[in-house]
Amino acid sequence: MAGIESTSAEIDLDRPNLEEYLPPDSIHGRDSPKNLHLRDLLDISPTLTEAAGAIVDDSFTRCFKSNSPEPWNWNIYLFPLWCLGVVVRYGILFPLRLFTLLLGWIIFWAGFIPAHILLKGQDKLRRKIERNLVEMMCSVFVASWTGVVKYHGPRPSMRPHQVFVANHTSMIDFIILEQMTAFAVIMQKHPGWVGFIQKTILESVGCIWFNRTEVKDREIVARKLREHVQGVDNNPLLIFPEGTCVNNQYTVMFKKGAFELGCAVCPIAIKYNKIFVDAFWNSKKQSFTMHLLRLMTSWAVVCDVWYLEPQYLQPGETAIEFAERVRDMIAARAGLKKVPWDGYLKYFRPSPKLTEKKQQIFAEDVLRRLEK
Amino acid sequence: MGNSSSMLTQYDIEEVQEHCNHAFSQQEILSLYNRFCQLDRNSGGFVSTDEFMSVPEFAVNPLAQRLLRMVDGLNFKEFVAFLSAFSPRTTPWQKIEFIFKVYDLDCNGKVTFDDILSILRDLTGSFMSEQQRQKVLAHVFEEAGLLPDSSLGLSDFIKIFGSSELKMEVEVPID
Repeated sequence: MAGIESTSAEIDLDRPNLEEYLPPDSIHGRDSPKNLHLRDLLDISPTLTEAAGAIVDDSFTRCFKSNSPEPWNWNIYLFPLWCLGVVVRYGILFPLRLFTLLLGWIIFWAGFIPAHILLKGQDKLRRKIERNLVEMMCSVFVASWTGVVKYHGPRPSMRPHQVFVANHTSMIDFIILEQMTAFAVIMQKHPGWVGFIQKTILESVGCIWFNRTEVKDREIVARKLREHVQGVDNNPLLIFPEGTCVNNQYTVMFKKGAFELGCAVCPIAIKYNKIFVDAFWNSKKQSFTMHLLRLMTSWAVVCDVWYLEPQYLQPGETAIEFAERVRDMIAARAGLKKVPWDGYLKYFRPSPKLTEKKQQIFAEDVLRRLEK
Repeated sequence: MGNSSSMLTQYDIEEVQEHCNHAFSQQEILSLYNRFCQLDRNSGGFVSTDEFMSVPEFAVNPLAQRLLRMVDGLNFKEFVAFLSAFSPRTTPWQKIEFIFKVYDLDCNGKVTFDDILSILRDLTGSFMSEQQRQKVLAHVFEEAGLLPDSSLGLSDFIKIFGSSELKMEVEVPID
C-alpha cells in the first residue's frame, strides 16, 4: 500500500507498532491476546467474510439441491433417439405401469377389507394376512417404477429390542424397505391420499405419528417408541433419523431419539443410482403424486440397500455420539458426505444460541485484550 | 432445477461485469447467477430477507441483520456488486470502503462513536455490558488520539487500517 499522509491530529496512528509487522490475523479467538487498538475493533472483515461465504455457497442448501442430469439430446442423432425414448416411456411403459398399479390396488383391497372386517377377533391371523398384503402392495409399487433393488446383508428379523435406522431420500425409501420386511414406521402425518393410506393401511403394520410443529410432541413420541420396541408382537421399527428428505449425496445430523431407546440399532444404507432417475423428493418443489408420476415415467429406479451390523450404545458414549457413529457407518457405506446441520432447519430458523456462541467468543477476546 | 445459465445472455454477463468493475470472471458470474436463482425460490427477481435467512450459516452470523439491510431486495446485478468487495481482484481500499458502508448505516459519509458502538453491540450481544462496550471504545479512541465525539470519514478509515493486510475474500465455486 502506498504511504498515506498524516495530519498532526492523527499522527499517533502512524506510530510504528510491532503488530503491523507481524502476519495479520483476526480478532477472534487467538492463543496470545495482544493489545487492543481501534483498527482491531473496526476490522469486522472475518465476520463479514463468513456471511458473504454463506451467501455464495453453504453446505446446508447443498443437501437439498436436486441435481438434474445433463441433457444429452442435443444433436441431430441423439434427439430423435431421445424423442423415441419419451414415446416409449410415456406411451408404453407408463400405461403398463399404471395398469399394474391399479390391478395391484384392486387385489390388495380385495384381500385387505375382508381380512380387516371378518377376522376382527383373530388378531394374530389378521395381522399376518395384512402384513403380507402390505408387502405385496409395496412390491407392486416398486414394479410400477421398474425398481431394481439390490439388497445386501442379512434380512431383518422380527425380534423385540431392536430398531432400524436409514438415510432418507424420499418416501419411496419406506416402500423399498417395506417390500422385503413389514416394518412399522414413524412418520409425519401427510394430507391427501397419502394421509388416507397412512390412516388405514399403515395402522395395520403399526405406525407412530408425529407432528414436526408440536413441541410437546417429542416426549409423547419418545414414549411411544419405547413402548413399541419392547412389544414382542410388534413389527420391527424403522426410523429415518434425519427427519427430512435429503438429496442422497449428503446426510444431515441424526436426531438422537432413535438412539436412546436402550436397544440395538441396526443401520440401513440406501443409495440410488442417479443415472436412471434422481429419486430425491424435494417436498418443497413437488407433491408426492408428482414425484411418483416422475418415477413412473422414467426408465427405472435402481438402488442398493445395505443392511449393516447392529450397533449398541458403548459405555461412556452419549446418545448423540452414538447417533454420529451410526451416521458415519451409513455415510461411508452409501458414499454420502456428512454436514453438521439439523434437517429441521429446512422448516425452522437456527437457534439463537449459535449466534450467542459467536458473540461470546468475540466478547471474551475483547475483554481479555483490554485487560492487558 | 435445469440449466438456468441459458437465461443469461452474453450481453447480460458483460453488463454485470461492468457494473462490478470486473471483480468477477464471466464463469464466476454464471455461478453466482445459479446461486442467486437457487436462493430466490419464489423467482421474484430478488432474494428476500426470508430467503437469505433460510441459509443457516448466514442466519447465525451476528451481523446478519445489518447485512440484510444492505442486501435485501437487490436484483442480480446489484447482488454481484455487493459481493464484489469479497473478490480477490478488488483492492484493499475497496474492501475498506465496504466495511465503512456497513458501519455508516445512515449513509451520511460519517461513522460516529455510536455507529461503532452499535456494531460492537451486534458482535458481543449479552456477553458484554453496555458500560464495558463504551469503556472499550473510549479506550481505543483515546489511544488513537481521537475525541469521543469525533466522526470518521472514509479517508480516516483508510488511515486507521493502514498498511496491514485485509483478508476479506470468498471463493465462488465454479461447477
